[in-house]
Amino acid sequence: MLVWSRPGRMLIWLVFSLLFGVLFLAPLAVILLSSLADQWNGVLPSGFTVEHYTDVAQGAAWKAVKASLVTGFLASALALVSGTWAALALRIQDATLARLLGVLFFIPSAVPSVSVGLGLLVAFSHPPLLLNGTIAIVMVAHFVLISAFTFGNVSAGLARLSPDFEQVASSLGARPAYRLWHVTLPLLTPYLVAAFGLSFALSMGELGATVMVYPPGWVTLPVSIFSLTDRGDVFAGAALTMVLVAVTLILLLGLERVTGRQTRS
Amino acid sequence: MSVPAFTGSNVMDVDAAKIRGAGSNVHFDKVSVAYGAHVVLHPLTLDIAPGEILAMIGPSGSGKTTALRAVAGFVRPASGRIRIGATDVTDLPPYERGLGMVVQNYALFPHMRVEDNVAFGLRAQGADKSLIGERVKDSLATVGMSGFAKRYPRELSGGQQQRVAIARALAVRPRVLLLDEPLSALDAQIRRNMVEEIAKLHRDLPGLTILYVTHDQTEALTLADKIAIMRDGRVSSHGPTIELYRRPPNRFTAEFLGRANLLPVTVAEGADGPKGLAKARLGDAVLAGAGRSEKPGDKTLLCIRPQHLSLTGDAEHTNRIVGTLKEVHWQGELTHLVLDVDGTPVRVSATRLPMSLPERGSAMPLFFTPGDTSLVPEDVRG
Repeated sequence: MLVWSRPGRMLIWLVFSLLFGVLFLAPLAVILLSSLADQWNGVLPSGFTVEHYTDVAQGAAWKAVKASLVTGFLASALALVSGTWAALALRIQDATLARLLGVLFFIPSAVPSVSVGLGLLVAFSHPPLLLNGTIAIVMVAHFVLISAFTFGNVSAGLARLSPDFEQVASSLGARPAYRLWHVTLPLLTPYLVAAFGLSFALSMGELGATVMVYPPGWVTLPVSIFSLTDRGDVFAGAALTMVLVAVTLILLLGLERVTGRQTRS
Repeated sequence: MSVPAFTGSNVMDVDAAKIRGAGSNVHFDKVSVAYGAHVVLHPLTLDIAPGEILAMIGPSGSGKTTALRAVAGFVRPASGRIRIGATDVTDLPPYERGLGMVVQNYALFPHMRVEDNVAFGLRAQGADKSLIGERVKDSLATVGMSGFAKRYPRELSGGQQQRVAIARALAVRPRVLLLDEPLSALDAQIRRNMVEEIAKLHRDLPGLTILYVTHDQTEALTLADKIAIMRDGRVSSHGPTIELYRRPPNRFTAEFLGRANLLPVTVAEGADGPKGLAKARLGDAVLAGAGRSEKPGDKTLLCIRPQHLSLTGDAEHTNRIVGTLKEVHWQGELTHLVLDVDGTPVRVSATRLPMSLPERGSAMPLFFTPGDTSLVPEDVRG
């Protein structure tokens, strides 16, 4: 709906700013202030310090950053490969089968992450596949939770890709593998990067399943934040949250630049 | 002349000169295509001779694109066989058929420069680097795009992109070039130019067999040696372009290929004499026109093209009908008149008008030569 009158436009902007401020900016601002607060007993902190950042830096923060980055990267890469594979494979299947298998792929995203963690814990705590207490089970948990999103993103990209590109390539003599590598995947790159970025962001923030399965020595950022706040160290938890936000933002902005370049070309 | 079966590597040892004189024929042998119970192409038997341009035209859903896609290998026939040259390609995957294809939206690979687009097929087939360089240069020169090799497709206009798409298809020296509505996305002026350029291309490469699918009759009439008119998944008519235009075998063809006035007449005398002229009655008038095997008393249609109707009679324009002038539309180069002749609207395209036209509603004689008209069966549904 277009608003033509000036007062009407101002009112819309006011409502938007209010909603955006309260729902998005205020929580982030509170966390930022908490991470820098010396003491906070009134409406605003009574003083500011970077002590919480130095504390978490000297503590387990960097190990948590590393654990989150490695988990996020590997789980996202694995999800990207399998999601792309599944999307490509389902495209050539009968429509009913493709829809059914597509729904199956999305099931983990409909189950609470804690339940996924619990399921994996029960499933992999006994031979023959004993993964409990290993880093692998964390990877598996993240993979299960994010693969639906990579599949969805790549499927959307494939649906938008004109079949003419691949058909012309075939008619010119390109075998399926050559066509996939030189035509389909390059044309899908923006979707692949977006899928990876989304998966990575989801993995970086994943807590529910991770908290059920993480082994000692592989504590991710969200688990560390949860532990700190659970112990009552809210300011340190806030500082670690800001580290998580910063790391995720930097990586996503980098990916966005790659996607932007691809889209422009 | 048969061409060796296409393989992934034969592109490297066939030189351009050989290809120029060695097009392949395409043979549809009772090819049908169905999606479940829905038949989109009824058994089609058709030949495209080596070096020939066959235009398949018809309305949407008539089966023309399906026939092309069956040749390309993107649609599997429910029955019948397709041969290209001596090779039965029915069961071959698209990449082993040795074709070049150009589609409506160009489908240039946006992440590749023009030269890489043109080189794509050769690289995919593992051709030698020196051959690729030579072919890319030749193909771009053929379509007048040599100066654009380093550009990306997004930096080209629609017409330029279509030329690159043609160059890309030509670079692999295809046995058959498939053109699927290649000019539909271009505006009218560029389309006219591109039609002329494709005609020139075929003069330069006379051995190239082309299957050209379009819904545009002007493209078909300008380019094609032969035309197949498709309707409801069947070939309604097929033949040399001029023959099909001048002697349409059925009403659908007469109306689809150019504009036609179709007057209901009764045959007075069957076709006779060296010119094969029959005589037919329209009211009191007896008119002569090219006939087939009509018998006296048959109800049929007399087909006259609007540009063949003259407002003045002479020794050649011996057929005469009288109509009532209804409308006059001046369009610069041409003036279109609409008359009512015995209840049938008749269109006239005149380049020159008499000094004074009669008033609308007045009677007006029209003249035409017997050789420019033909009898078209009324009862045959194309």
